Amino acid sequence: MNRTMHRIMPALVLGALALGQPLSADPARDAIINQLKAEAGVSSFSAERGKQFFHARHSGGKPQTPSCATCHTSDPRNSGQTRVGKVIEPMAVSRNPSRFTDPKKVAKWFRRNCRSVLGRECSAREKGDFLTYLSNL
Amino acid sequence: MQKLIFPALLSLLAATILQPAPASAAETGKQAFESECSACHLAYDPGFLPQRSWRAILGDLPNHFGEDASLDEATLKQIESYVLANAADANGRNPYWLRRIPADKVPLRITELPWFWNEHGNRLRAWARSKKAVGSISNCEACHRGAGRGRFEDD
Repeated sequence: MNRTMHRIMPALVLGALALGQPLSADPARDAIINQLKAEAGVSSFSAERGKQFFHARHSGGKPQTPSCATCHTSDPRNSGQTRVGKVIEPMAVSRNPSRFTDPKKVAKWFRRNCRSVLGRECSAREKGDFLTYLSNL
Repeated sequence: MQKLIFPALLSLLAATILQPAPASAAETGKQAFESECSACHLAYDPGFLPQRSWRAILGDLPNHFGEDASLDEATLKQIESYVLANAADANGRNPYWLRRIPADKVPLRITELPWFWNEHGNRLRAWARSKKAVGSISNCEACHRGAGRGRFEDD
């Protein structure tokens, strides 16, 4: 190992450690996701499925809101906008660390927005995939 | 012993005085109204619509202008009592913005009141729709910067 390598080694080690940690580390958020795992009877969720769900155009809901992206934009790291112009803070946990840490708030918005967008309640697996996508973005 | 009792009593007294008074029902209702309604839009002042309008709006929150805005029963009751107590026609009031609304009509939008039309005509509505940052004529704060504090006299 040359001298440069020696110098940057600590940074590399720290970086590797940081990457190993899930971005979503927050006990309250983990509890919400674990509860959904129990409800869905699965041991893990899929960020990829969550991504597809977020961006898909759904049918069955209200015509004004065919997709999550309608209000939250196609990049959930950005701020969104409600239909009357109010700013919605970013959905991505990396940009908004307090996201998905209040179980009552999470339940309220899943109930409302799943009905608005899909015309029905979301399944535990859909919710878990959605939260996993946005927690690791 | 006395040396100990006095500070103990003093701190007890301080704790009693400094404890925040429990919020009154009216205050709880106001807070619930403001935090819940302003999540999506300006918490429109209840004083713009009559009680019959608010009953209809709060009675159908799962179909709220194209979105599901449903609330849990307890929060809904808190908001309802605040809104009805402060509606345009509460306590026998009859402000000018309720004129020319037939008694059997239940306006669901402030923007459909004849008074509102007089103040904001077709051209202004079209302009509001065309501006992405404004979105619609319902976005009061886009022009009335003090709307969140109930101030509209800035036009």
